[in-house]
This record gives sequence, structure tokens and C-alpha cells, in this order.
Amino acid sequence: MTGGVAPEPLLFESSRAGRRASTIPATGISRSGARDRLPAGLTGATVPQLPELSERDIVRHYTRLAHRNFSIDEGFYPLGSCTMKYNPKIAEVVAALPGFARLHPAQPPDQVQGLLGLLCALEAGLCELAGMAAVTLQPAAGAAGELTGLTLIRAYHESRGEQRTRVLIPDAAHGTNPASVRLAGYEVVEVPSDASGRIDLGALKKIVDGRVAALMLTNPNTLGLFERNITEIARLLHDCGAKLYYDGANLNAIVGRARPGDMGFDVVHLNVHKTFGTPHGGGGPGAGPVGVTPDLVRFLPGPRPAQLPDGRYGWRDEPDSIGRVHGWHGNIGILVRAYSYLISLGGAGLRHVSERAVLNANYLLARVADDYDLPYPAPVMHEFVVSARRHRRASGVRALDIAKSLIDRGFHPMTVYFPLIVDEAMMIEPTETESRETLDAFAAALRELAEEAATAPETLRQAPVTTPVRRPDEARAARHLVPRWYPPADAPAS
Amino acid sequence: MEFPEGLRYSREHEWARLSGERVRVGITSYAQDTLGDIVFVMLPKLGEEVTAGQPLGEVESTKSVSDVFAPVSGAIVARNETVEGSPELINSDPYGDGWLVEIQINDPSALDDLLDARGYADHVAAQP
Repeated sequence: MTGGVAPEPLLFESSRAGRRASTIPATGISRSGARDRLPAGLTGATVPQLPELSERDIVRHYTRLAHRNFSIDEGFYPLGSCTMKYNPKIAEVVAALPGFARLHPAQPPDQVQGLLGLLCALEAGLCELAGMAAVTLQPAAGAAGELTGLTLIRAYHESRGEQRTRVLIPDAAHGTNPASVRLAGYEVVEVPSDASGRIDLGALKKIVDGRVAALMLTNPNTLGLFERNITEIARLLHDCGAKLYYDGANLNAIVGRARPGDMGFDVVHLNVHKTFGTPHGGGGPGAGPVGVTPDLVRFLPGPRPAQLPDGRYGWRDEPDSIGRVHGWHGNIGILVRAYSYLISLGGAGLRHVSERAVLNANYLLARVADDYDLPYPAPVMHEFVVSARRHRRASGVRALDIAKSLIDRGFHPMTVYFPLIVDEAMMIEPTETESRETLDAFAAALRELAEEAATAPETLRQAPVTTPVRRPDEARAARHLVPRWYPPADAPAS
Repeated sequence: MEFPEGLRYSREHEWARLSGERVRVGITSYAQDTLGDIVFVMLPKLGEEVTAGQPLGEVESTKSVSDVFAPVSGAIVARNETVEGSPELINSDPYGDGWLVEIQINDPSALDDLLDARGYADHVAAQP
């Protein structure tokens, strides 16, 4: 590896025998007792070889790594709300208030009236935005919301004595959709896209029948295109007794402007960590509340926060609940952030969010449209997908090379190779908070890279050159995965 | 990109080579190039019955996971175990050492529904 920065050694490599970060006082408890009391199979023959370091070593190690991280607080991050948009700091301030942050989930309701009131108000706000009758706040993230929603749909059909076996998913869908369908015990049936990048209505008509439990749809879809036939799609499904499921991953495009419930959706999951003010790019925690139409409310997970007849807040269960989908009440800190985001912006502010998100995406698309192919026609909603196929054909430069080159220019790369239906896909979502200057600078970088792809393709293939690790060998890592560190003498042959 | 004469091709980018009553199956050079570096292969069990047009297994690249569709119906009579341990063979030699399975068929005319090399080249050229 070469580059502008030296590689950071692992904690294992920096370990020195006997070095300690803290000194624990003697307990007076015999160490040898553990082996006598634990079942034989649970004790090892040797002591684990854990790294031994001083507190200073550990602090410097993680601080150096943190400095090498690229964050949305230091630069443009065109992965958008799908991964992480800019999250206003007020949500962090509110979530850190001791009255929220230091509660225990088992505290009696009379000690947590404020939090319960907030959760009820958040439910009401999410219902209003989604056009749903009721919401569960328990699901821990989007995929957990999908499984919850599908389980609700199964409970609904079974309550009517129906055993439906299939769930329809468009070919542009997020990968979590088919995974959730399989986990919920359904068969996945793919719905093709038409030439405009939307659901092929003719193909849909042929596969909607009494075996179909639901269609899962992201609207706008992963190409950033609004499903203009959504009311017709809803009618087709409903005529066969099937449900329409809204994947909220792209809610940022319509929040405050259009409601999934008004489009005919029956079950809606909202990634509040994507749309409503939580940083989650590192993989969590998130929260994926699920909203439903009136006929599904009685199946919702419980207990749900509720205002009781005496005006106080407490918990209540639905009669035919599918049961808990979270160990406690959900990821409360994330829900507090979501509520803070909602009330700090208000209805007018939220409409402004989606308007600006859509305007920024179309502005940036117009700025890069000459240099990359647009496989499906504009205008788009909050994001767009262009293709680097002309560069691949002309000089062999791939979307991956362009993404890596952006790193050297101070930008986080965009999503590449998704959605799968676009060759050499580059998916760009600028979000509502970026200024025109930032969008112009990013468009200029993409233009320069398109020119460089023709004049100096090898430069792009070498990128990035400014990072401590340049191009990990993804194929070798996947073929010969070594998920742990070995002392040099024990390292497996690769 | 090479599409050898004498092979038959599916619109889903598999190739099929008839030899006696057996059809050897793999994915085309176009398919491996589009998928990129292939890192994992899942093949059907010996004896499993597969149906033309239905998935018989999966190939996973660093970009995506894709179904491999059976170009003809029949029973699996051979599977390339070497390619399971070295999936890169699909990238380096898609029509040779990178083959996937052999399917026993009763009727050689089952291949008539597939494209010839020229038809497949036209099909690839028409890809969006």
C-alpha cells in the first residue's frame, strides 16, 4: 500500500505484554473457582490473547482512525437520505436530555409521562404524514419494519381464512425487500420495469391473482421515478384482495407533499433514521415505524403507548396483536430525534424539505447529463441514476473508477452498481440541505472525470491515491474471507 | 466479446453445449463481464430436476447476486465442483473450466428454443 498517509497498525500489532489501561483492585474472589463452577464445555484451555495497551495508546489509535473517517459534517455525501442526509444538531441535543437518555425501559408509566406523551405525539405525526390510521414504533429499522409489515399482512389474510403464498417485488427494488419476503415465509415474484423505468402494468396484470398477499413498492422508486400509475396499481391489488406495501426508503422525496395512504397503500414503513434526523451511516441504530390502514390496526405489535381515559399516558395492547417485534419499546433515542425533527420543521418546513430535495436532484442531473448517460428519462424526484457505460465502452473506465476518483477530490463516492437494472449505474442523491455551490463543485468534478476518462483513463484506474488504503481487493476478500487477526506466525495461507 | 459457434444461448445469458444426451451449461462471456468478479457459486444437487427458464443456482459477484436459469429441462448429472472452490474460473474461462452443471435431456430438440451464436450476439447488442 502506498498513499499520503501511513497505515494505522491494529491494536493487536501495537500490543505489549503487561501494558494496561486501567488497574482493577483485587476482589478477594478466587480466579480458579470459575473453572470449577462452569460446565466443562464453556471453559477454554488457554487464556484469550487480547491486546494489551495503555489508555493513551487506545485513545490515540481511535482518534487517528476517526480523523481518517469521511463524514457529512466535513464534506458532500451524495448517498443522500438513503444512507445519511445532514441531520440537524438540535435532534442530538434533545435526545441527550437526561429525561430521555437516562430512562430505563422498565420504569413505571407514572415516571415517564413526558416520554410516553412524546411517543403518542410522534405516532400521530407519522400517521398524518403517511396517511395511516395507526403506527407501531417498535421495529428497530427498515428491514425490521418490512418483516413486521409482512407479518401484519399475513395475520390479516389468515384472519380471513386465506393462505396466500406470494409477494410481488419490482426488479428495481431494494435488496431488503426480497430478503424480508423470504424471511416472512412468502415466495418472491419479480415484476419487470417498463421502458420508462416504472412498473410494467401489463406484466403486473398477468401475475396478480388470489395467491398474491401483497406488492412491495418504493415510491418514488430506486431510479428516483414516481410511479405515476400508483392508483391503478393499488386498484389491481385490492381487486384481488391483496395489500399494497410502501417501503419508506425514499419518503424524503414526498414528505409533507403526498401521502402513501392517499395513493392506496395499506402498510407503510418509515425509516425515521433516513428521513427524520438520525445519523445512521455506520449501520445504526435506526427505527422503522410501521403504519397501517384501519383494517390492520388490531394486529399491531404491542404494547403501544396510549393516552388513557383519565388523560394520563400508559401502555395498551391490540386484541389480535402479532406480538412484540422488539425486546422493549423500540429504539427510543431515535424516536426522540424523529419527533424533534418533525416539530422543529413543522408542516411547512417538511414540505420545503421534499421540494428542495427534488429541485436539487434535478438541478444536479441537468449539470451532469451531458457527460453521462441517463437510461430513463427525466424529470426525477429526489435522486437520479446515470450510467458510465459510454466511458466503459470508449476507454474501459468503469463507474467504480469514477467513484474512487471522487475520493481524491474530497467527495464521498455515490452509490454504484445499484439499481441492478442499470448497467454501470451511478446513483446520486444530493438531498435538500446542499447549497448550489456544493452541487456545482460536485458536477464540475464529475465533468472533469468524464474528460479524464477519455484523455487519461489510467489515472482514474489508479485512484484513489490520497488514502492510506487505496483499492481493497474486493474479489479476493469475498473469496478468501479472513475475518480475524492472526499472529504473523499463525497467519493462514491465502 | 466471444460467443463461440456450436453453442446455444438463452436470453438470460446462459450457454448450452449438447454432447450426446447431456447438455453442459455455463454463463456467457457477456454475463461474466457484466457481473464483474464472481466470488461465490451455488449449484444444484446431483439428481435434482430443473426446469427450462427456472433458476438452477446463483452466482454472486462483488456487485450483486444473480440467478442462473436452466436453459433446458432435465436432471442434473454433473456439477463442476472445481468452480465452487475457484469461482474466478467463470471470469477467466466462461466456456471452458468455468462450466457449471450438466443436464440430462431426453429430447435434443429441447435446444431448438435457444439462440445460436449470431442470434445471441444480436440479443447482446440490443441490451440497454
